Amino acid sequence: MDTLVAQLQRQFRDYTISLYHQGFLDDQFTELKKLQDECSPDFVAEVVSLFFEDCEKLIGNMARALDQTGNVDFSLVGSSVHQLKGSSSSVGAKRVKGLCVTFKECCDSQNFEGCVRCLQQVDIEYKSLKAKLQDLFNLEQQIVQAGGRIPQVDI
Amino acid sequence: MFVSFFDVIYLTSLFFILLSVSQERTMAVGDLSSSSSSSSSQELHVLAVDDNFVDRKVIERLLRISACKVTTVESGTRALQYLGLDGDNGSSALKDLKVNLIVTDYSMPGLTGYELLKKIKESSAFREIPVVIMSSENIQPRIEQCMTEGAEDFLLKPVKLADVKRLTELIMRSGEPQEEDKAKHSYPNRILQNNTDSSSSSHDYVSSVDDDTPSSKRMKLES
Repeated sequence: MDTLVAQLQRQFRDYTISLYHQGFLDDQFTELKKLQDECSPDFVAEVVSLFFEDCEKLIGNMARALDQTGNVDFSLVGSSVHQLKGSSSSVGAKRVKGLCVTFKECCDSQNFEGCVRCLQQVDIEYKSLKAKLQDLFNLEQQIVQAGGRIPQVDI
Repeated sequence: MFVSFFDVIYLTSLFFILLSVSQERTMAVGDLSSSSSSSSSQELHVLAVDDNFVDRKVIERLLRISACKVTTVESGTRALQYLGLDGDNGSSALKDLKVNLIVTDYSMPGLTGYELLKKIKESSAFREIPVVIMSSENIQPRIEQCMTEGAEDFLLKPVKLADVKRLTELIMRSGEPQEEDKAKHSYPNRILQNNTDSSSSSHDYVSSVDDDTPSSKRMKLES
């Protein structure tokens, strides 16, 4: 019968793989994991946490800009989208980044409805990723608490 | 007051103990900030410029893991201030440690990475410092513009550890006696390795730049 550690490790491995396969994460997330070591054991968690804060701030800015009915500053929205695209790319948040590409096109063509739709989708998507990564980090903690090592997962 | 021989020994040892403790403390405080007054000659001090908070965190870590000391700033203007190039009667007291490499994002509000590059290359004090541009957009004219202006390299974002390691090794090596080996110094190489869409035009670009690059544009590392 599997030990608790083995079960948790398998769960962790399966969950990680599913996140990549479903397109939530891309290989830049793998790159971030390379930057984590005994000296900086929480690097990935710290960076993604900053990313989610950034999402919240930028989405807030975009919502406010889009709220100025009749007087929407699309270049302002566009520059926030550019920022979000950059940071999502840097952390491997693949779906968020993909949405930003569409969003940017809507800004460039001053498509108000398109922008509003994209904003809603980006909001849902980053929150979804945040919840999933929280689950992943929780699994890591459980493994460590059970005395195990976090397995290296090759995608 | 009569002081015995043993008192002198005791007081002298105490003095040296206190001296070494205070030196350790000074160095520890120095390490907390990004710059320190004592630098290992092996470690590069890199100035990283990016307006994106997440990107700054990542580039800082990429560089630290590649054994560099790192100072991050959020804008081209801040970078110039740090270097003492902002016309504010450059106080070199602002930086305690010489900058060996500048890595900057291209698209930034205010001063772009390209404009920062130009200002650095126009300065007699800093033109020898290698400047690397990072961008999320693979725009050939932009790359050419930067390389023509004297950029050491152009990295596509998201930047990977392999890119930074290659870059820092190259900069460290360029501190050694110059080799006229252009194959080693094919700086747009990183674009090709980053870019999954490596078309033949990119290859042509590499060879033409190599042929045209005067050796005076080689960046020397000043110790």
